[in-house]
Amino acid sequence: MEVKLTLNGKPVTEQVEPDLLLIDFLRAHGCYSVKRGCETSGCGLCTVLMDDRPILSCSVLTVRAGGHSIWTLEGLQQEAEDFVGFIADQGADQCGFCNPGFVMNTIALLRENPDPTDDEIRAYLAGNLCRCSGYDGQLRGIRSYLESRRQKGGSHGAER
Amino acid sequence: MITIQNYVQAESLEEAYTLNQRKNTRILGGMIWMKMEDTAVGTAVDLCRLGLDTIEETEDQFIIGAMTTLRQLELHPGLNAYTKGAAACAVRDIVGVQLRNMATVGGSVWGRFGFSDVLTLLLSMDTSVELYKGGVIPLEQFSEMKKDRDILVRIRIRKRPGQFVYSAMRNQRTDFPVLTCALSQMDGEYRAVIGARPARAMIIRDEDGLLKDGICEASAEAFASYAAQQAPTGSNSRAGAAYRTQLVHVLTRRGLLKLGGM
Repeated sequence: MEVKLTLNGKPVTEQVEPDLLLIDFLRAHGCYSVKRGCETSGCGLCTVLMDDRPILSCSVLTVRAGGHSIWTLEGLQQEAEDFVGFIADQGADQCGFCNPGFVMNTIALLRENPDPTDDEIRAYLAGNLCRCSGYDGQLRGIRSYLESRRQKGGSHGAER
Repeated sequence: MITIQNYVQAESLEEAYTLNQRKNTRILGGMIWMKMEDTAVGTAVDLCRLGLDTIEETEDQFIIGAMTTLRQLELHPGLNAYTKGAAACAVRDIVGVQLRNMATVGGSVWGRFGFSDVLTLLLSMDTSVELYKGGVIPLEQFSEMKKDRDILVRIRIRKRPGQFVYSAMRNQRTDFPVLTCALSQMDGEYRAVIGARPARAMIIRDEDGLLKDGICEASAEAFASYAAQQAPTGSNSRAGAAYRTQLVHVLTRRGLLKLGGM
């Protein structure tokens, strides 16, 4: 059946099978940042934004994404660049497999809550699993990014 | 792995109901659980175009569309003001934000899953379900019914003045709960709702009047012991029955003390 959606800002129209999962559709369109992990909706590796909300592409039918706007890390490189260096500086990328999911969900977090507390960061990223780092590195990286933004007098930091 | 032959976005509840009378039709909720089934679906019916993804607050009730997500439940100011945060507390450890943006209240309630935090929370309130053909019936009655070919349209929570407290025990954050426990007091009626026993949530009422003089250390202890006797528990990979029974006691007592402002 026909599906029409917007992928990373570009309209896409295609014939798909009714049971094609969004993750497979996205990878077929070159979005290799979207990783297949647990396939039980529990690890966050396949996180993408649908209409700006983070979702798990392993658990959505492509046809259900019809009419919606889908963003993967490939389309949000510039926004990600702001903070991924801070995460890397903390050694939190390690094997790197979970990173795209973490980055996508961090983008969603910072759009929804530009100046989160440590507890809010932990709560928001609880659905992203990492087997290497123990999560402290990612937390330190985000905290360090927020601190750097405050020092620069960024609008979000200056509000508090 | 699930396979789907046809996918239909229903234009009306009547269309969805008619399609759903065929045995190999399935109504889609958030698809979190269904997606993992090893089954062949003839027609998957999506209710996403029927405007059932909102929480409406009126003077005397909350009307929650079946396609409302758990994240909406978590963030709804009115519902969390009414429950003093118990609604957010009940869902915030269900995997992650991404899953809660997809999982629907209707899917959770229709599934009547034993592990359901949502069912536990809703049973602690004056909650009814609105079925397309079956009309409005109490959630407690619905939770004990067998699944049929009707369609869950909305969940209705009557705003009876009350207090609500929610807690759950998990081996690890984001895992399934080992036990869920919601305490409430509405117009003088006390309820303990115990779920993930691992069977589905059940309501325990104060049949013996243990709390008739209010909540204090002694009455909370007495009702917690009563709840532990009343709630059958079982064992699975997460916990044994004896441990769960101990949790019923502890979480009920703690919840009651919190309910009583102690």
